[in-house]
Amino acid sequence: MLNASPAESAEAIVSLDGVGKTFDNGTRALAGVDLRIGRGEFLSLLGPSGCGKSTILRLIAGLDEPTEGTITWHDRATGRAAQRERNVGFVFQEPTLMPWATVFDNAWLPLRLKGMTRSSAEAQIMTALESVGLADFRNAYPRELSGGMKMRVSIARALATDPSILLMDEPFAALDEITRFRLNDDLLRLWADKGWTVVFVTHSVFESVYLSARIAVMTNRPGRIAADIVVDEPFPRTEAFRTSPKNGEIARITSEALHRAMGE
Amino acid sequence: MSLAARRESDEAAATAPSLSERRRRTDKMLRIGLPLVVLAAFVALWDAIVVINAIPTYILPRPWLVLATIVNDWAILGPSLFNTLAITLLALALATVGGVLLAIALTQSRVVEYSFFPIAVVLQVTPIVAIFPLINIYVENDLAKILLCAWIVAFFPILSNTTLGLNSADHNLRDLYRLYGASRWQTLRYLRLPAAMPYFLGGLRIAGGLALIGAVVAEFVAGASGFGTGLASRIIESGYRLNIPRLFAALLLISASGIVIYVLLSLLSNRILGKWHESATRR
Repeated sequence: MLNASPAESAEAIVSLDGVGKTFDNGTRALAGVDLRIGRGEFLSLLGPSGCGKSTILRLIAGLDEPTEGTITWHDRATGRAAQRERNVGFVFQEPTLMPWATVFDNAWLPLRLKGMTRSSAEAQIMTALESVGLADFRNAYPRELSGGMKMRVSIARALATDPSILLMDEPFAALDEITRFRLNDDLLRLWADKGWTVVFVTHSVFESVYLSARIAVMTNRPGRIAADIVVDEPFPRTEAFRTSPKNGEIARITSEALHRAMGE
Repeated sequence: MSLAARRESDEAAATAPSLSERRRRTDKMLRIGLPLVVLAAFVALWDAIVVINAIPTYILPRPWLVLATIVNDWAILGPSLFNTLAITLLALALATVGGVLLAIALTQSRVVEYSFFPIAVVLQVTPIVAIFPLINIYVENDLAKILLCAWIVAFFPILSNTTLGLNSADHNLRDLYRLYGASRWQTLRYLRLPAAMPYFLGGLRIAGGLALIGAVVAEFVAGASGFGTGLASRIIESGYRLNIPRLFAALLLISASGIVIYVLLSLLSNRILGKWHESATRR
């Protein structure tokens, strides 16, 4: 049921080798992170707050540079095609919407920045809004939406560019449990449909077990990967898995790995 | 599984918050009615004090006489009002353009901001009346003198507020723009300028009042050196001639101008921010 080693067979999309990050103020956030992210994989980074989970996402997204080690993209194409293929989507913990723009305009942003006009981007944006169930709200402003709906808009914005890899930084941490479960299911459904790679940062053991094909457990700062747990449960997963003994067993093992990683 | 069917709980928040329409109307009536009642009481008190104490017109005129003077002396006061307003609005327009452009320039780089912002502060904290003799010497044209004074007073709140606003764009959004390869111009146009809008409009409201004050104060100082067509010169002139009703009339016109400018700028602000900013939305 559980496998100690990651699924080496899958082709990697990006890999981190000995990656470390020390910030200008001297904080050592990451040290010696080795992580191989398989193409089409749903990987969770699980760890205590402040362990550098978000930093890993920022490094993969290219928003920060590692101070040690290398990040390698295993592009299938070369040149401009590779750039296009490396299309990264990012979902923050906050919805991070522009309050002055409608739902449609918020989702349009990435395409607009790439030079697409409203009319040429419309079909793509509406498809993205439909896939999160917000097509009827295209003209609403963020302040008119609930927390869960704002998060859906944020996900639709990431979807609009058809990313090959989706980086999610505790996207549902601020939501109530009912909304979170619902968005978990929506996310899994979209992941199955679109064939993205997802790297999902969370500090919830149960969320990581429910969602992921693989969980990388991280240590306290400076963060590194302490355990790599394969969640050997087929997709699609349903409510039955959430409450199954198997889920409980994996959660127990994951939780133990987390406590060991935190040095308790 | 259809998502549309599972949105009910999310949707509750999307419908407008329901304060009853009646309560809202009462609130609106109070907001307009109460200040009017206070104003009427103040005018009545003013009139009563004049009548009871038999104060002569050349010291304190009765309120109705001030209003009558505005009508009777319109041939003199009207053009003066026009001049003062023209200078105020021109100064405000120039302050807006100058303040916003300077704010954009300052926020493009830390070095530029550190270098020039303190100089703008010096310009602001130095009382304009103290600079005026210098401007008087250096600037030939009378209109240009007054305009320059009003501009110096009015532009600072726009500069400082817009600078703050441009720097206040959400950091995650800035990261997002960077992730999607936004150019500097795109970031300014789609992110930083909209984020600065509420701050800018707040600055504009302050600057509207200050432009009027700047125009009046500059004219006071310039009027002493022999130039005079605005309301401030009428006030000085009326003071010399003990034409107190006209002095009050000119004063009232200045106040009214200030109020109108403030109201118009508030309406503009609400119109622009109405859809999204907390300051302009009603619950």
